[in-house]
Amino acid sequence: MINIILGAVSLGLLWAIMTTGVFLTYRVLDYADLSVEGSIVMGAAIVAKLITGGVNPIIATVCAFAGGLAAGVVTGLLNTKLKIPSLLAGILTMIALYSVNIRIMGKANITLLKSETVFTMVETIGLKGNTGVIIVAVVINAAIAAALYWFFGTELGCAVRATGDNRKMARAQGINTDTMKILALALSNGLVALSGALIAQDQSYADVSMGQGAIVIGLASVIIGEVIFYRGNFLNRLISVVLGAVVYRIIIALVIEMGMKPTDLKLFTAITVAICLALPTFQPQIKAKLAKILPQKKEVK
Amino acid sequence: MSKVLELKNIEKTFYAGTVNENYVLKNLSLDLEEGDYVTVIGGNGAGKSTMLNIISGALMPDSGNVVIDGEDVTKLKEYQRAKYLGRVFQDPRMGTATHMSISENMAIANRRGSKRGLKWGLPKSEEAEYKELLSILDLGLENRLDTKMGLLSGGQRQAVTLLMATIQRPRLLLLDEHTAALDPKTAAKVLEITDRIVTQNRLTTVMITHNMRDAIKHGNRLVMLDAGRVILDIKGEEKQNLTVDQLLKKFEHLGGESTLSDRMLLG
Repeated sequence: MINIILGAVSLGLLWAIMTTGVFLTYRVLDYADLSVEGSIVMGAAIVAKLITGGVNPIIATVCAFAGGLAAGVVTGLLNTKLKIPSLLAGILTMIALYSVNIRIMGKANITLLKSETVFTMVETIGLKGNTGVIIVAVVINAAIAAALYWFFGTELGCAVRATGDNRKMARAQGINTDTMKILALALSNGLVALSGALIAQDQSYADVSMGQGAIVIGLASVIIGEVIFYRGNFLNRLISVVLGAVVYRIIIALVIEMGMKPTDLKLFTAITVAICLALPTFQPQIKAKLAKILPQKKEVK
Repeated sequence: MSKVLELKNIEKTFYAGTVNENYVLKNLSLDLEEGDYVTVIGGNGAGKSTMLNIISGALMPDSGNVVIDGEDVTKLKEYQRAKYLGRVFQDPRMGTATHMSISENMAIANRRGSKRGLKWGLPKSEEAEYKELLSILDLGLENRLDTKMGLLSGGQRQAVTLLMATIQRPRLLLLDEHTAALDPKTAAKVLEITDRIVTQNRLTTVMITHNMRDAIKHGNRLVMLDAGRVILDIKGEEKQNLTVDQLLKKFEHLGGESTLSDRMLLG
């Protein structure tokens, strides 16, 4: 059981990087970006191709991040310069990336079983298995959270936040909202690709279909994080997103342990997200019901 | 007197070539001198908001030129023109970022017209200035710098938006029916704050209003639009002595095409 939880935590922390990317677009920019389904695979594809080609895993991982940045820029240009609606712009990039990713890898999947990865590198200093992955992932997540907290406190970062909050206000204050959108999409997809690169190294393979449903997993994690953990200042929100990704993986590990078929997972996740997204719609009714129940409870006391 | 704004032969048609074609601005020309505080009235569809949106760059004219301080800005995008303009919108939610704090909003406005880089976006050193500005509003907001904008009332948000529009002195202040969504008492308060800010900073201002009484009471010049043209332009002493009755008679005399709405008459 401990091993299952540790495995879930390590996987959750790797997916947390992707979740942070989804948080940037979905929450900060107010833009549902589907290109992440392609950019997570792109990160895995780039890292797998480079590592099997003999490139240092750390450099390969940085290259994967850069690839994601580029993918985000493409979605941003489709949306802002060609005026393609945001959902469609993301779908176009996602579809295009499927072909691009196969071109990068030269085939549909690459194994990294016999290759050096960032995780085998930390094994050499004595951090084996899940412990090694968890330590590496915690360090990377902390670095990302710190960097993003700093960035979104700068003038430029505030301009991105204002763009996500109120585009009309942002333009009236002289902010180039198109550039801010492209910047946020690039950052987001960069993080998603970085996540994909690390997941591939952890699982020792890159597969062209590993991104399927990634956006829903990302949304589920963002929402779980917001519901369960404190939602205050920006740093707390970033931390809650990371924790949300971990909790999501623990929940998944537990339901599989309880006998759910792994192939039913996507349905389970989709239903979870649908319920969470529908909550605001039903909140008045729920509150009214609670109001009926709660005073009675007080009387009992 | 130098001209702050020149609108030259502005034409604007929406949905050109379709059954919904709407010829909104017809060869509209208007000049604003330094220190003009113009109230703009006109019926629904007279082109008031379209005119303001063309000045701000939210809409592009089909033809004609927008000149600010002698510089032709017709081709500049909305965000590029923002360095000249302070804007307050009709919808109180439009002028501020809901999920950001009062001070964050003001810090963003304080950087209007300058390049935004990787310097810290909310320096503690600016908070004293924001507090002082907020205290002028007399709404008790100076002690709520960290409050999220979304928690403020419509009137409070419009008042803060006014500060944001003027914290970097704009060459031209554009007010698009900025009190129309407020209750009468709050509207009066926001208008009083508007007058104070405009007079203190000697701002050249365009204020659109639906309300004839407000149009007469505020500003030093009154422009009436009808069917996309300026049909009335009253300044100086004549503006000061103007009454609602006179204004209505003038409108009828000019044979305005659009009917005046009840709201405009009664307001």
